[in-house]
Amino acid sequence: MARMKFLCDSERCIECNGCVTACKNENEVPWGVNRRRVVTLGDGEPGEKSISVACMHCSDAPCAAVCPVDCFYTTDDGIVLHDKDICIGCGYCSYACPFGAPQFPEKEAFAVRGKMDKCTFCAGGPEEDGSEAEFEKYGRNRVSEGKLPLCAEMCATKALLAGDGDEVADIFRERSMKRSSRPDTWGWDVAYKDGSHEI
Amino acid sequence: MKSKRQRSRWLALFLGGLVALTAPVSLYLVLTSSSVSADSDSKEAAGEASANPRAEYWRAVRHGVEGYSAVTGPEANVLIQDSGQTWRELRNGPGLTISAWLMAAVLLAVGLLQIFKGTWKLDYRTGKTIPRWSVFDRVIHWGLTVTFILLALTGLGLLFGRYVLMPLMGKEAFGAMSAVSKPVHDYVSPFFIAFLVLSVAAWMKYSFFKSYDWEWFKKVGGYLTREHVRAGFINAGEKVWYWFLFLVGVVVVVSGLLLLTPNFEWTRSTMQLSSLFHIASGIGLICFSFVHIYMATIGNEGTFEAMVGGEVDERWAQLHHDAWYDEVVAEQGSSGVKTESTAG
Repeated sequence: MARMKFLCDSERCIECNGCVTACKNENEVPWGVNRRRVVTLGDGEPGEKSISVACMHCSDAPCAAVCPVDCFYTTDDGIVLHDKDICIGCGYCSYACPFGAPQFPEKEAFAVRGKMDKCTFCAGGPEEDGSEAEFEKYGRNRVSEGKLPLCAEMCATKALLAGDGDEVADIFRERSMKRSSRPDTWGWDVAYKDGSHEI
Repeated sequence: MKSKRQRSRWLALFLGGLVALTAPVSLYLVLTSSSVSADSDSKEAAGEASANPRAEYWRAVRHGVEGYSAVTGPEANVLIQDSGQTWRELRNGPGLTISAWLMAAVLLAVGLLQIFKGTWKLDYRTGKTIPRWSVFDRVIHWGLTVTFILLALTGLGLLFGRYVLMPLMGKEAFGAMSAVSKPVHDYVSPFFIAFLVLSVAAWMKYSFFKSYDWEWFKKVGGYLTREHVRAGFINAGEKVWYWFLFLVGVVVVVSGLLLLTPNFEWTRSTMQLSSLFHIASGIGLICFSFVHIYMATIGNEGTFEAMVGGEVDERWAQLHHDAWYDEVVAEQGSSGVKTESTAG
């Protein structure tokens, strides 16, 4: 069984924000929420580096651990999803998450947060695969159609990789060897139990 | 390794905040631990500089360094925040276990007191009553009571429900219940704050310690020996409850208001600390309320009626609050004590 992971190659990311736009459009993400974002370190300085980050679908997901109503679940593919019918909008997941993935629409009166929204690895939610209800709440379910997340699919420089962790790691290792760079699987040491610095 | 070091530094900060007097110590801890990590970071970076000159970036990122992001939002420019993991471990670890054991211990102590000593009965009643709590006192007391119990139940549900109620009710039913209890917790809180402020203001005049209160503490209020210790309008234990409610109440209110207003875009570390302080202060108040509820109901005969009808039996005042009784008699003579016929 595949174990889905994201990997952003900081040597290739050009901060075009194509992934952010692709995600917003494909999933019709609520206003004010960006499931994916690009962060540039040392912006404007020589050797600046950009990283595209969203939910990393952690093995021991902190969001799931602190959720008071246990609305998170991990699919057989290792994708961390949540059930918006159970979510109570407390915000704890957003405090626990290392990557700032869970976000709230903040559109309701008296500062009440709506249901939490986050990257689904384009795998929808607990509703029937490809149903209207699933799209309304969680966005497109591309994984059920045999496709990968659109952010990675549309990445112009193929900096953002998505798919089975082993295959993603193989591609990245090959790249790193060709360019003699340090194979830094960004964020994997935080997100995955088996994801040490080594790949 | 790195995250542990970071975590211990964070924990040192947190504990330092708790014990205000240790500020210089915690500052020392932070300075020393950060200089240690900076040393090792720079050594590692130097060793790997030839492989990747930006290698030190990834270590810095791991510790929450800020960058630039075209996406706007609170802390959108931070790639990784570390303190969430510390918060998770403290909340799901000691936050749950210490809270549960503390509540169990207090309930056990109260239960043992009732089993071994029973209700502290009045030897007789004179049938004459003394006014004790005005209508205003009783309204704010019961307002505080109702809002506190609602907040305690919904708060405990959010903290422990997943482990206690959800296995019994099922995920959907518990989720539906929590979807109600979370807004109840939010919307009841302003009323609780109002009643708390009124109570603290109204009862401060009774709550300053007097010299005879020391005797009360030494004899634990006479609860073990069943010997009445001198006490004023309220006894030393009630004074402690008052100041506990005041000070811990401030913590529970401030941390709660922060958690209630995410729209002000507090940082995540603020929310994490607020959550921990909210749990600690909330559980503290709940534990103390167990003692208060016990003492005021089945623990002592004649106490509960004071907060219901506003008046107490003369004998109750003589036994439990003799200093106050003496004052009433001295000030008003027998007119301070109503006979049964007028008390009705």
